[in-house]
Amino acid sequence: MSLRRLAPPEIQPASFAFSAENAQWAAATIAKYPPGRQASAVISLLWKGQEQEGWVSHPMVESIAKMLGMPFIRVLEVATFYTMFNLEPVGTYLVQVCTTTPCWLRGSDAVVAACKKHIHPHEKTISTDGKFSWMEVECLGACVNAPMLQIGSDFYEDIDGPITEKMIADLRAGKAVKPGPQNGRRVSSEPEGGALSLNDPSLYDGSMIGKYKVQAPPPPPPPEPKKPGA
Amino acid sequence: MLADKDRIFTNLYGFQDPGLEGARKRGQWDNTKAILELGPETIVDIMKKSGLRGRGGAGFPTGLKWSFMPKEIKERPHYLVVNADESEPGTCKDRDIMRNDPHTLVEGCLVASFAMRAHACYIYVRGEFIREREALQRAVDEAYAAKLIGKNNIHGWDFDLYVHHGAGAYICGEETALLESLEGKKGQPRLKPPFPANVGLYGCPTTVNNVESIAVAPTIIRRGAGWFAGIGRPNNTGTKVFCISGHVNKPCNVEEEMGIPLRELIDRHCGGVRGGWDNLLAVIPGGASVPLLPKSICDEVLMDFDSLKNVQSGLGTAAVIVMDKSTDVIKAIQRLAYFYKHESCGQCTPCREGTGWMWRVMTRMVKGDAKVSEIDLLQEVSKEIEGHTICALGDAAAWPIQGLIRHFRPEIEKRIADYSLSASGSVVADAAE
Repeated sequence: MSLRRLAPPEIQPASFAFSAENAQWAAATIAKYPPGRQASAVISLLWKGQEQEGWVSHPMVESIAKMLGMPFIRVLEVATFYTMFNLEPVGTYLVQVCTTTPCWLRGSDAVVAACKKHIHPHEKTISTDGKFSWMEVECLGACVNAPMLQIGSDFYEDIDGPITEKMIADLRAGKAVKPGPQNGRRVSSEPEGGALSLNDPSLYDGSMIGKYKVQAPPPPPPPEPKKPGA
Repeated sequence: MLADKDRIFTNLYGFQDPGLEGARKRGQWDNTKAILELGPETIVDIMKKSGLRGRGGAGFPTGLKWSFMPKEIKERPHYLVVNADESEPGTCKDRDIMRNDPHTLVEGCLVASFAMRAHACYIYVRGEFIREREALQRAVDEAYAAKLIGKNNIHGWDFDLYVHHGAGAYICGEETALLESLEGKKGQPRLKPPFPANVGLYGCPTTVNNVESIAVAPTIIRRGAGWFAGIGRPNNTGTKVFCISGHVNKPCNVEEEMGIPLRELIDRHCGGVRGGWDNLLAVIPGGASVPLLPKSICDEVLMDFDSLKNVQSGLGTAAVIVMDKSTDVIKAIQRLAYFYKHESCGQCTPCREGTGWMWRVMTRMVKGDAKVSEIDLLQEVSKEIEGHTICALGDAAAWPIQGLIRHFRPEIEKRIADYSLSASGSVVADAAE
């Protein structure tokens, strides 16, 4: 487990409030759970707060605790337990590099090196232009497209050192980078060079509709009569 | 090789329309009402006969799990919770189901909920899968709009489906930790019993299933238990999405028959091991939590629950991590040890302290800065963690290290010897004891 604390008081903002749009969204989210179970929305609300402000602050934790009728400490526990909550300010582009074994095997060290070179030598530190920060994270679940990283909501897959450098440079220059595989050799999780399966056109021409009729299984044979005394 | 017509996830790669129209064209939502008309008992019976074993890692028979739910709704509502907290290193199958074939899951949720008499279902998606969550939500919205689900839907079973998400905690893939998290708490596993089928979400009867287990259900029922049971091997039936990563020429996801030989899986679908089969060092066959296998076992082993168990490993999530001879296998396992240290929830002492301890020792062993006797100590400590924690994370942290010691002990000893040769005399004496 990792030890996580809220940021020191001197960088905490004075207050927090959801924007009107987000407040409406929060109300709808709370309604997804049964009456009295509004605490279930705590992760979603903290996440929305983080999307709005960039990181989770002390006033935000307080405010969400009030909204959900939860003790402050319960929301604080959640904010510090789940590692996707940034407890300190991050760069506009938060670059999260997966370095777990499947990504490491395919060269995540070079991706980390690129981040060190072009963002900051230390992780979780904002670059001098304020635009970037990077961190190592545990498996992000795109292992067949390793190595990969996440920026904001998007995955950037099939990368290497030079591709990472170019991505950072493009983003720094204000150019959009298309999410997904970056090496130009595939579109998804299919093998490079084209899918070797799922090529049968009859799967996609509509002939599957009504092809299989639901049938009740035959009734089981009647149970053997019990022997007396058994 | 499994024929395309026997594949369930026909849009695994997202080449087709993931929306409702495309899904219908591929045969999803095809007379779902007829499935529900079979009745809950028959559906559970079909699932049992199909031999489907849970696709989330443990391989518990799905039909049997469904049958544990109370047979009628009393004062407490029933819930289905779908575990989409896919975080096992190496695994990325549920991601493809959610982003490319989400209607298999939405339809599966309706069918499974009906079979377990649940009117509400929550899908818990890992926090990092933001785009996947959005794709899934689009499918749910489409299903609501078409009255396939929701109140007064065309199937005659009132059913609400909600997409929920986490915020980066591997442990929430454990079913009771997931329920805690869904209730708005830290994701720390609960003691069992009581099992979720009695006391689950909000204290109500709940079943937690993996995405893939739920998503395959409608197709199994439509095509019959016999069709599914006829694929694979006895007790290891059906199809499975494999994720092959690491040192293969073309890493990919692919749906294949259970029990496919590992070598065939790699050679046929992934263009072989980098540098050829003889360049293979080891394979982790089922996600980070299962012990690795050296090449000698990989030559022959079949990819299913029982075959892999027989070689002291496991199918897990069927995430195959391939390592060629260039790999520092000690470092590969040390990185996993760090993963478990990072992801331990801190509730049970053996895991909280043990994962950190094992990682520190493994870190020294990567350099060789250890005594040979520490290999046995590491093995012993891993045995003290295994089985002494509330959930299986302790076991999962212990097994990769045990696998390394079982198959690569000479490698560790050599590393220690090399280090001691290059270091001072005192270290040499230590290493030689």
